[in-house]
Amino acid sequence: MAPLLIIDDLQIHYGAIEALKGISLYLDEGEIVAVLGANGAGKTTLINAISGLLPISSGNVTLEGNRLNGIPPYEIVQKGISQSPEGRKVFSTLTVDENLNLGAYTQRKKKQEVGDAKERVFSLFPILRERRRQLSGTLSGGEQQMLAIGRALMSSPRLLLLDEPSLGLAPILVNHIFGIIREINSQGTSILLVEQNAHKALSLAHKGYVLENGVISTSGSSSELKSNRKIQEAYLGGSALKRKGNQTT
Amino acid sequence: MQVVFEQIINGLTIGSFYALIALGYSMVYGVLKLINFAHGDFFTLGSYLGYTLLVFGSAFITTHFGLWGGMVAAMLMAAMCLAFIGVLVERAAYRPIYPAGRLPAVVSALGASIVLQNAIMVIWGPRYQAYPAKLIPNIHLNIWGINITVLQIVILVLSFVLMGILYYIIQKTVFGAAIRATALDKDTASLMGINFNKVIFFIFTLGPALGAMTGVMVGMYYRQISFTMGWNYGLKAFTATILGGIGNLPGAMFGGLILGVLEMLGAAYISAAWKDVFVFMILILVLIFRPNGLFGEKIAEKV
Ligand SMILES: Nc1ncnc2c1ncn2[C@@H]1O[C@H](COP(=O)(O)OP(=O)(O)OP(=O)(O)O)[C@@H](O)[C@H]1O
Ligand SMILES: [Mg+2]
Repeated sequence: MAPLLIIDDLQIHYGAIEALKGISLYLDEGEIVAVLGANGAGKTTLINAISGLLPISSGNVTLEGNRLNGIPPYEIVQKGISQSPEGRKVFSTLTVDENLNLGAYTQRKKKQEVGDAKERVFSLFPILRERRRQLSGTLSGGEQQMLAIGRALMSSPRLLLLDEPSLGLAPILVNHIFGIIREINSQGTSILLVEQNAHKALSLAHKGYVLENGVISTSGSSSELKSNRKIQEAYLGGSALKRKGNQTT
Repeated sequence: MQVVFEQIINGLTIGSFYALIALGYSMVYGVLKLINFAHGDFFTLGSYLGYTLLVFGSAFITTHFGLWGGMVAAMLMAAMCLAFIGVLVERAAYRPIYPAGRLPAVVSALGASIVLQNAIMVIWGPRYQAYPAKLIPNIHLNIWGINITVLQIVILVLSFVLMGILYYIIQKTVFGAAIRATALDKDTASLMGINFNKVIFFIFTLGPALGAMTGVMVGMYYRQISFTMGWNYGLKAFTATILGGIGNLPGAMFGGLILGVLEMLGAAYISAAWKDVFVFMILILVLIFRPNGLFGEKIAEKV
């Protein structure tokens, strides 16, 4: 079976800066694929390029054989890809309910589907049901992360892009959220998971890619990556703590 | 005591003009962070178009629709024309400039304003024009000693209905939430499937249409219109926008109403000649003490 998502020799520039220098990866239907890398490696750039937020300099993004290059973000959602962005980006002066409704904006005419999707989100994140009338800017960081993921699920995507869902959360909350990511995947949604928390990400993902300065330096199944000495030194174990302290975003 | 009530009603009437114009400023600022200086001239142009329709269509309209029909027809026609012109101005004067940043866009907005104002002067002449008196309903009422015209009541009701409709669209519908989301964060809104250009289209049809309807109501109320009146009303409406917190639509509505009432009370009890000074003093005080507006709220992003 052909992969769901294929990234082929993708190059992305910010003006003169080359942020992705020709990377290739693929994701099979039903998989969780982790993309690991330090600050500035190009992880968010990759996710935003898939979502159509950034112009593609060269290379291809294809979903089920359909080329996505040049398609604007608001149409990418209709193709079945949605994103939970880095730093949550909930619409702070809108209520939880309104945020979720916007997640299903492309389906807004289908009341039944929107209702079902919302029920699914509430069953994954019961706290959001309690908070539904609350302004999302007044939620705790963890709740905002749940809202961002829930909002991305509202369009019932085939492929969910998660950009650092563990960012700034207490370890216990990270475990909780990762458990739910696994559940979302087991319900049939494929997931591209961008993370600095390599240990956690690899415990969840089927396979992973390591991004360094805009190129993929290593890739393999999660167990291969976990036992790779270089990866252990750079992304697992002691240095993970040091990176946390350096986080700027 | 009657004077107070009369002035409050007069204040609410002109306040609702400010409020309706302020909504146009606020919507555009919310989404584009651009002060659309041409908006005051949309209002003037609407007023002149309504005037022309009434002058040339007077016999036809009054026999078929009555006086109120004439007013409604003029408002609807002006609204439709300005919806079209609003989109046109956005395409011609603003859209090509966005990539250059906010300051060039503001300059372009000033330019658009000057072009529109001069076009109005060239077409209709530099002198005041008078709405035809025989087409304006003129019924005075005396309720508990308070003098009020039926026209005033109709204007107030119409304005509140229009504000109510806009409030409903913006605050209660999914499309309204999409507009508010776009104002907060354009990129993340696009990730939801919201087409930015459709949002722009909407605010540049609705804002100018509301402005145009206000222009017709002002023509009916004061009977005299001039090609420069967009500056004055625009400035007041802009003050109202800031009073309410720029980008905050319910704030803009209340800001307009409060400003109108204060202006009229100031005119009655302090000095009519100084009423504009009074208004702008309020603006300065708000800018000093409540820069986010009277209702401006800031919710810190939790990171
Ligand atoms: N808008 C921008 N303009 C210019 N350069 C940018 C822009 N956004 C990102 N970059 C640069 O592109 C590179 C990749 O950035 P990106 O945000 O994709 O990294 P990341 O892997 O997501 O990092 P982090 O873990 O800190 O989120 C960095 O060198 C960054 O400085
Ligand atoms: Mg990032």
